[in-house]
Amino acid sequence: MNHDYQYTPKNGFSKWLDKRLPLMRFADENLLSFPTPKNLNYFYTFGFILTMCLVTQIITGIVLAMHYVPNTTLAFDSIEHIMRDVNYGWLIRYTHSNGASMFFLAVFIHMFRGLYYGSYKEPREIIWILGVVIFLLMIITGFMGYVLPWGQMSFWGATVITNLVATIPIIGEPVLTLLLGGYSVDNPTLNRFFSLHYLLPFVIFGVVILHIWALHVTGNNNPTGIEVKDSKDTISFHPYYTVKDLFAYIVFLLMFCYFIFYNPNILGHPDNYIEADPMLTPAHIVPEWYLLPFYAILRAVPDKLMGVLLMFGSIVVLFFLPWLDTMKVKSARYRPLYKIFFILFVISCLLLGYLGAKAPEGIYLFLSRVSTIYYFAFFLVIMPVLSRIEKPLPMPIGISNPALNNTVYDSGGGVASGTPSYAMDSK
Amino acid sequence: MTDTTENQEPSRRDFLYITTAVFGATGAASVAWPLIDQLNPSASVSALSSIEADISSIPEGGSLKVAWRGKPIFIRRRTKEEIEIAEKEDSLDLPHPEKDLDRVKNKEWLVVVGVCTHLGCIPIADSGDFGGWFCPCHGSHYDISGRIRKGPAPTNLEVPPYEFVNENIIKIG
Ligand code: HEM
Ligand code: FES
Repeated sequence: MNHDYQYTPKNGFSKWLDKRLPLMRFADENLLSFPTPKNLNYFYTFGFILTMCLVTQIITGIVLAMHYVPNTTLAFDSIEHIMRDVNYGWLIRYTHSNGASMFFLAVFIHMFRGLYYGSYKEPREIIWILGVVIFLLMIITGFMGYVLPWGQMSFWGATVITNLVATIPIIGEPVLTLLLGGYSVDNPTLNRFFSLHYLLPFVIFGVVILHIWALHVTGNNNPTGIEVKDSKDTISFHPYYTVKDLFAYIVFLLMFCYFIFYNPNILGHPDNYIEADPMLTPAHIVPEWYLLPFYAILRAVPDKLMGVLLMFGSIVVLFFLPWLDTMKVKSARYRPLYKIFFILFVISCLLLGYLGAKAPEGIYLFLSRVSTIYYFAFFLVIMPVLSRIEKPLPMPIGISNPALNNTVYDSGGGVASGTPSYAMDSK
Repeated sequence: MTDTTENQEPSRRDFLYITTAVFGATGAASVAWPLIDQLNPSASVSALSSIEADISSIPEGGSLKVAWRGKPIFIRRRTKEEIEIAEKEDSLDLPHPEKDLDRVKNKEWLVVVGVCTHLGCIPIADSGDFGGWFCPCHGSHYDISGRIRKGPAPTNLEVPPYEFVNENIIKIG
């Protein structure tokens, strides 16, 4: 990223401060004048939206923890106490519970965005990998949070998911006992889940800082996938993107508010308003909607250990994306074949989400197997093969220059011949 | 330079480095262990590990569910026909082969941990395709000996350690 701009402290105090703790310089370089590609669309506002989601969860969570009691005999009642007695308790709790859903909705869009515009490719591999780490931490945090109200779904969801650990050969059983603090999900489990559910968002916060730090080293990718060449391709973050991000966030908030105020329980399961009963399994155990695709993969496989491995594999594979897709052209805009397979991939993920809520029988089981195979084939077969054989469309020379580049990308994804012409440069 | 250092005897400094590292690592491990082991079941949890159940009121074909270590135990008083079926099916090609006789202490009484060996749900009695239990979570079918017959569960329902204290009392754990 070329910074041809320099922060200059204006008054005496900022000069004094700049020599001791260059806080203003940091804020200026990273928030205000940060050079950002001028062609970012609304899909690029989700990073900011995600940051706001995290802040919302932390604030509402800390408040909830002031009234919640992490004990199996009191947890369920303390939630009802929050809902009925605590001033605005219902609002804070609904914001936190629906906030988790909004957080996942935003992260899914954010990730599909990266997948579509090739944002995980060189030089942004670390940004992507940190993103996957955040995603994993989010899943763990969300799962533990769902256990806290100690309803039937809390209890049985926790039982089923922690039992996944027992499938590991030899060490599985002792590790499960260690994790639960007993022989089944019980008070010790609830206590430690609460402790970790409080801790992890701050860990996420730390990783987000690294994520954005890495982003500010390479600079943003953009919808063309062509790297920024000079200051003509960029505008300052403030006011252009502060305003765009804020506007997008307000629209996002409107949807968020719809859930909080008009349909606060639609994304949850009614059984979670029944207190946990370790002696009675509900007829259908379903995780929260955002974990359904992974649950569908787990159940698509007839073998227990394989199911667990594939479920974890579906996230682990994301770490290797930068090395599975070696096509130099980043954006799907210029990759007609990739675009088709990408759309099929999104459909397969949505389908898996739908199937995760259905009983694993008949047509549902068949479809979850097909989608699971496609999910993995997309990363492990389609991406490497396309990197080799796909012929990208002609690309513009630069972000500010719509003239087509006569550089030809060979099928290996490298630059084969031709020199770009800047004759058409408009500015 | 490298030659001389390679040929040199280990110096006092090397000794100090290694000793420091060893002490440091031992110290770190001995601090880490309590932090890990505190996660394991506490004395109060382990203390609850044996219970007694009164089975005198269970009619033939009936069953009782009791809690042991936070898990349900199914105690089933099986009918003559059920025992016959269970023994006849010993010879079938079972996913987890076990003789019915090896799973009981007294043919009439089947005592198993009522936790699906797939992912821990509680199977429903008197349902499924094999006359035993059916787990609603991911569709595992167990027979009247608690053996897995169909579905994702890998093993038969576990038989807990138990003994008949007298005709009416079973001690589990
Ligand atoms: C708590 C969750 C997260 C937060 C707060 C967050 C925050 C951000 C922010 C502020 C940006 C810059 C603005 C933008 O491009 O949208 C960004 C970029 C990015 N994020 Fe995230 N992120 C999160 C999770 C993830 C996850 C789960 C992934 C993928 C696995 C991911 C992948 C990326 C990538 C590849 C970029 C660079 C995008 C580009 O410049 O085109 N992020 N993130
Ligand atoms: S837990 Fe019983 S079938 Fe999965």
